[in-house]
Amino acid sequence: METETIIEVKDLVKQFGRFVANDHLNFSVKTGEIFGFLGANGAGKTTAIRILCGLSAPTSGSVFVAGIDASRYPEQVKKSIGYMCQRFSLYEDLTVFENIRLYGGVYGMSLKEIRIKSDELLKRLGIDDLRDRLIGSVPLGWRQKLAFSVAIFHQPKIVFLDEPTGGVDPITRRQFWDLIYEAGRAGITVFVTTHYMDEAEYCDRVCILSEGKIQAMGNPVELKKSFGVKSMDEVFVKVARNV
Amino acid sequence: MRTIAVLIRKEFTQIRRNRIMIPAMIVAPLIQMIILVYAANMNMRDIDFAILDEDGSSSSVNLISKYSSSPFFSLAGSVNSLDDAEKLLRGDKADLVIHIPANFEKNILNQDRPAVQFLVNGINSAAAVLTASYAQNILLDYNKQLLASFSKPSVSQGFGTIQIDYSHWYNPDLDFKIFMVPGILVILVTLVGWLLMSLNVVREKELGTIEQINVTPVKKYQFLLGKLIPFWILAIVELGIGLTLGRLLFHVPILGSLGVLIGFTAVYLITVLGFGLFIAAISETQQQVMFVNFFFVMVFILMSGIFTPVESMPDWAHYVNLINPLSYFMRVIRMILLKGSGFADVWKDFLSMGIFGILMISLAVTSYRKRA
Repeated sequence: METETIIEVKDLVKQFGRFVANDHLNFSVKTGEIFGFLGANGAGKTTAIRILCGLSAPTSGSVFVAGIDASRYPEQVKKSIGYMCQRFSLYEDLTVFENIRLYGGVYGMSLKEIRIKSDELLKRLGIDDLRDRLIGSVPLGWRQKLAFSVAIFHQPKIVFLDEPTGGVDPITRRQFWDLIYEAGRAGITVFVTTHYMDEAEYCDRVCILSEGKIQAMGNPVELKKSFGVKSMDEVFVKVARNV
Repeated sequence: MRTIAVLIRKEFTQIRRNRIMIPAMIVAPLIQMIILVYAANMNMRDIDFAILDEDGSSSSVNLISKYSSSPFFSLAGSVNSLDDAEKLLRGDKADLVIHIPANFEKNILNQDRPAVQFLVNGINSAAAVLTASYAQNILLDYNKQLLASFSKPSVSQGFGTIQIDYSHWYNPDLDFKIFMVPGILVILVTLVGWLLMSLNVVREKELGTIEQINVTPVKKYQFLLGKLIPFWILAIVELGIGLTLGRLLFHVPILGSLGVLIGFTAVYLITVLGFGLFIAAISETQQQVMFVNFFFVMVFILMSGIFTPVESMPDWAHYVNLINPLSYFMRVIRMILLKGSGFADVWKDFLSMGIFGILMISLAVTSYRKRA
């Protein structure tokens, strides 16, 4: 089970007019992996993640997510994934619980199940007292953690995180990654984009993207070894220089 | 079904939390009704008129007193020349100049075609027509008196003139308010549903929350119905609020069945809300959606017959009105409220709106993209 491929991308191309955002991407992700998609702004990370989630159609190439052809059946894919994007997207004028209830309901969970699981969740996060607070009045760090928790509330097979820690302080980022590990332990495959190189160290495998192309891919430890450097930051600089 | 219910619940929670929405729904109809109904009064009163009396006889004075004693006219002044009369017209001091030429009385006595001239400010053609016809009525009255006093009794009594007896059905006092209130209701119901809903949809696009919904298995029709149904209910509630106010403030009659009216409103709203969803689907920002909506709302309202009768519009306007949902609603609501028309009288309109509704919803569903 652990070695089963859950995301399979072959020759993925996405063009906007003459601009090539994704240039023949090839990669695969195994079930349970924490897979990092690294790159500077404009490298094509968001474009690729949106295609994987069925929010955008590829120009050519094949994309299989959880065994489903995402370019042909995007709606099928959506049943087995969770998604959280860099633009904060819980409803600010709804309370924490109302947001959870909305998304739980949308994925077909019963109200009873939602109640029990959300109580559990809030207790585990230690924020029972925020249950009936409007999201708009919850501190940003907690909002991000909640957005992530809501994205995996329906227990998807894969969760896609598009720069989930943008604009958050280092301590909260660390806590955020604890949540990601927790999700990984619960068997959820995590596909995360980031431009923080320290976060890349937390991933099982990373893929470095630049100008729409994959420049390097592998386990962070192996990558560092093969480039003969000590941190992912240096790996990234070397890769960027070779381009 | 459950997904739609979840979405509707979310929408109502947000509407309830919006501090402006609920008060606006009550205050808006109140203000609109009071302002528009009173201000848009097309009945003419206090028409300012000036006198150019070149005869100065007892007959001319007698005629003038008929005008100055009428509640519809008020004397703005007397002038001595056509030039001065024109000055008054140009300065907006008078809308009507009554020119009584010299020899007016002499011609009457000689039975030699006496004449009076009306100079009417024709800028507002509708008002000009009314002014002239009011003025003419008084003159006719005066004519009758003359006939009675000059002619032999056999002539005046025997042949007489044909008496016209008016009986104004459905609005016996020709009360303009009763005509306007249903029109205001149409606007209110339309704005509450259409504009608020399409703004709401585009706002989710701007905030990015729509993307979070798009990445869930929520189907397009579920999302759109989740938006449509709350505003559909709000707009029907708004009809109730407006109707109650109209009844309390203006004693607007409700002769027909409320059930038929609410039924028609419900079907009508599906059409306009579907159209609003379509515009929201193809717009990216609130600015865009406001601009496009504003264009259609203005055209639809002005052509709907709220102020001016649809019958007097040119042929092409009739064709445009075939696809103008507001003109259907405008006609039907007046028929039901003021004439007491029943379902048998308006079933064709029900059918048209039903077909439009289905078309609009399909258009909205096909143009809404979950995937860019």
